[in-house]
Amino acid sequence: MGLHHQVIVVGAGLSGLRAALAAQQDGLDVAILSRVHPVRSHSIAAQGGINASLANAEGGRDDNWEKHAFDTIKGSDYLADQDAVEIMTKEAPGIVYEMEHWGTPFSRTIDGRIAQRPFGGAAFPRTCYAADITGHALLHTMYEKSVKEEIKVYEEYLLLSIVKHDNACVGIVALNINNGEIIAMSADAVIIASGGYGRIYGNSTNALINTGSGMAAAYLSAGVPLKDLEFVQFHPTSLYGTNILITEGARGEGGYLFNNRHERFMKNYAAKAMELAPRDIVARSIQTEINEGRCYNNAYVLLDLRHLGRKKIMERLPGIRDICLHFAGLDPINKPIPIQPGQHYSMGGIDTNANGETSLAGLFAAGEAACVSVHGGNRLGGNSLLDTIVFGKLSGHFASGYVKAKKKNAADQALQAELAKVKAKVSRLENSAGKENPAKVRSELKTTMMEEAGVFRTKAKLEAGLAKIKELKERYKQIHLLSKIKKYNLDLVRNLELEGKLALAEVIVLGALKREESRGSHFRTDYPTRNDEHWLKHTLAHHTESGPRLDYKAVTITRFRPQARTY
Amino acid sequence: MVTFKIERFNPDVDKAPYFQTYEVAAGKEMSVLEALFYVVENLDGSLAFRYSCRGAVCGSCAMRINGKNRLACQTLLKKLKSPVITVSPLPHLPIVKDLIVDMDHFFKNYEKIKPYLVNNTSAPEKERRQSILERAKIDEMIACILCGACFSACTVAATDKKFIGPAALTKAYRFWADSRDNLGDERLALVAGEHGALRCHTLFNCAEACPKNIVPTYSIQQLKGGLVKCRFSKPAK
Ligand SMILES: Cc1cc2nc3c(=O)[nH]c(=O)nc-3n(C[C@H](O)[C@H](O)[C@H](O)COP(=O)(O)OP(=O)(O)OC[C@H]3O[C@@H](n4cnc5c(N)ncnc54)[C@H](O)[C@@H]3O)c2cc1C
Repeated sequence: MGLHHQVIVVGAGLSGLRAALAAQQDGLDVAILSRVHPVRSHSIAAQGGINASLANAEGGRDDNWEKHAFDTIKGSDYLADQDAVEIMTKEAPGIVYEMEHWGTPFSRTIDGRIAQRPFGGAAFPRTCYAADITGHALLHTMYEKSVKEEIKVYEEYLLLSIVKHDNACVGIVALNINNGEIIAMSADAVIIASGGYGRIYGNSTNALINTGSGMAAAYLSAGVPLKDLEFVQFHPTSLYGTNILITEGARGEGGYLFNNRHERFMKNYAAKAMELAPRDIVARSIQTEINEGRCYNNAYVLLDLRHLGRKKIMERLPGIRDICLHFAGLDPINKPIPIQPGQHYSMGGIDTNANGETSLAGLFAAGEAACVSVHGGNRLGGNSLLDTIVFGKLSGHFASGYVKAKKKNAADQALQAELAKVKAKVSRLENSAGKENPAKVRSELKTTMMEEAGVFRTKAKLEAGLAKIKELKERYKQIHLLSKIKKYNLDLVRNLELEGKLALAEVIVLGALKREESRGSHFRTDYPTRNDEHWLKHTLAHHTESGPRLDYKAVTITRFRPQARTY
Repeated sequence: MVTFKIERFNPDVDKAPYFQTYEVAAGKEMSVLEALFYVVENLDGSLAFRYSCRGAVCGSCAMRINGKNRLACQTLLKKLKSPVITVSPLPHLPIVKDLIVDMDHFFKNYEKIKPYLVNNTSAPEKERRQSILERAKIDEMIACILCGACFSACTVAATDKKFIGPAALTKAYRFWADSRDNLGDERLALVAGEHGALRCHTLFNCAEACPKNIVPTYSIQQLKGGLVKCRFSKPAK
């Protein structure tokens, strides 16, 4: 038999590294498999911070996990599972202190504690930060810890398939990008920590590698359901042009939003919270200003930081300033920043419980690829980094518990059969004589998702989107590759990813079409209110040959009854 | 149209690297990284390069562009102001394929300096306190994205294959200077010796190449100062 590890973690972002550290700490033989070197993972790009009720900041001295839980649940528009939110918010201070002890260079308060800033959806500073490079600071620390603990990483491997045998996950099939070889690896447990799918959308703040291929593998090959995929977060402030993120921290530090009449238009939408209302609300407000013409170039409004002054901008938002200088050619110290909403985060993902378990024994998921659900219909800024570390850690420990209790499962044949199947599929793709240009399919998918499944949705748009995706899926079968080279074939990698993107897009759009209400990020202009009577439930999408089959499951409510959501 | 001269090399089939020319239909705000994607999608699917965040934080796409080490994503064509753009892999690192270099050696050096916080006192229940001033000491160094641009630009690293190099030395300083770390002189010992900090010739090539405006030379000089002090405060063996 070939390669074997007790636990294989797919993904080397914050959630994957944390899961691997946990399982290795439990004494297991662990390996990570990742499309890129760990520090190139998308977690590196997180800017604003990580939430924990440390109560370090003036104005937040009486913060506690219950307040954090309430804000998270209200922010989620009551779709989050409250037992899971409880776990996350209780664990939050502990994991932030642990990262600090491992070396994360958090910014500091005057008395030397971890500094906290206000973020949307909380009434006071709760978001712990390292200037505006919090993800970078956390991911480097997590990677440093993994170097110290000598975690094994298979770098530049692309997960293609998850292998099942006797109703349990027994390994994976992956492409070694470096030499084009397709290999099978057996494992007693697999943890998917492969991040989000932002690049299905045209205007996305995500890394170019965020194609959702891990989520797609779980859905297509392992047959586990995806949960709540119609809930797509649009960040209010992405830089016009490149859609690089301008952190919510910019508004947390006091930045204003202006339309082309120099009006702080948030007063018309969230009079109390203003710029610090939750993301779904601010994104819709900006999009409304744009749609109704109170904008520039039909495309953007302005985020103004000038009144914060040079010192504060240099101290708290140096990364944002750099981004503006390099990518927009302007200095926010003396010019407002052109911004527009951009796809940012997936609240939905692989259906798991708070232990990271999926419906398939031995298959776990964590981080943005998973949906526990702690974010429900809308994630609060600063809660995703928290989610990745808390549930990365828990899934690692639960996976090792599973492995220790499990009896051996001879899976060699299943692995070899799946390997042969995947090899045949790849070789079909490589040798396709079709006439379709894959770049066109990819770009039409992006436009379709922006236009038909964006900030504002309607039945007609979603139906058009679904029809288009079905067409693109057909056309995908006819694509031809420009290169058959084995070594580092980007053309092959990107077109393997495209198959998964199309599958996820279909799930997003179908879920959105069926959900006839507005909740969190999912806004239907034809059903503009929340409907708890019919829709206080999670969507589950199961893969079938003819497309996704949807069913639903109840939301866990413990202490907070759904109420109207105003800010 | 902008002309791109791109260095190509596939060790499986080519004897030596060579340049290939592509005409790219360039948009006004196009970055070099976007131009490379244009090539892969429209002209030549066999071109290989690394990419991830496209926002100058992940460190994947460092390469040599018009004679200087830069991040492809952060380099806009209009800023180069040049009708022909030459792109090649980071110099002095083994080429894996085309613009992709082998970073193993770079990360091995990084691992040599114990790139993690060491504090042997038992962890407090909450955070270890650190003043704003103490934290400010490492502000510049923590911006490093491990892209390798400095290492590849360093003439000492190019000739002395054992030289730890500017990125790893900056990391070493980042921990040595962190008020929470108590490895102290042991950290200095890790960067002592003929392939350590003292080997630096203070040519500032690293600083010039850094896409994050870090000056590794500063960190290296601090380490040198520490090493010299150590030497004089302890009896020579
Ligand atoms: C610009 C930006 C800023 C953000 N800022 C914040 C913030 O301030 N606070 C906050 O809480 N959240 C923030 N978020 C969200 C947060 O950063 C992410 O949700 C989180 O980092 C995701 O971490 P992860 O570990 O789940 O996945 P990632 O960090 O995305 O890692 C995914 C890993 O999976 C690997 N992978 C993927 N597919 C495959 C495959 N098929 N085969 C093998 N490997 C694969 C990749 O190589 C990578 O290592 C931000 C997001 C963006 C886009």
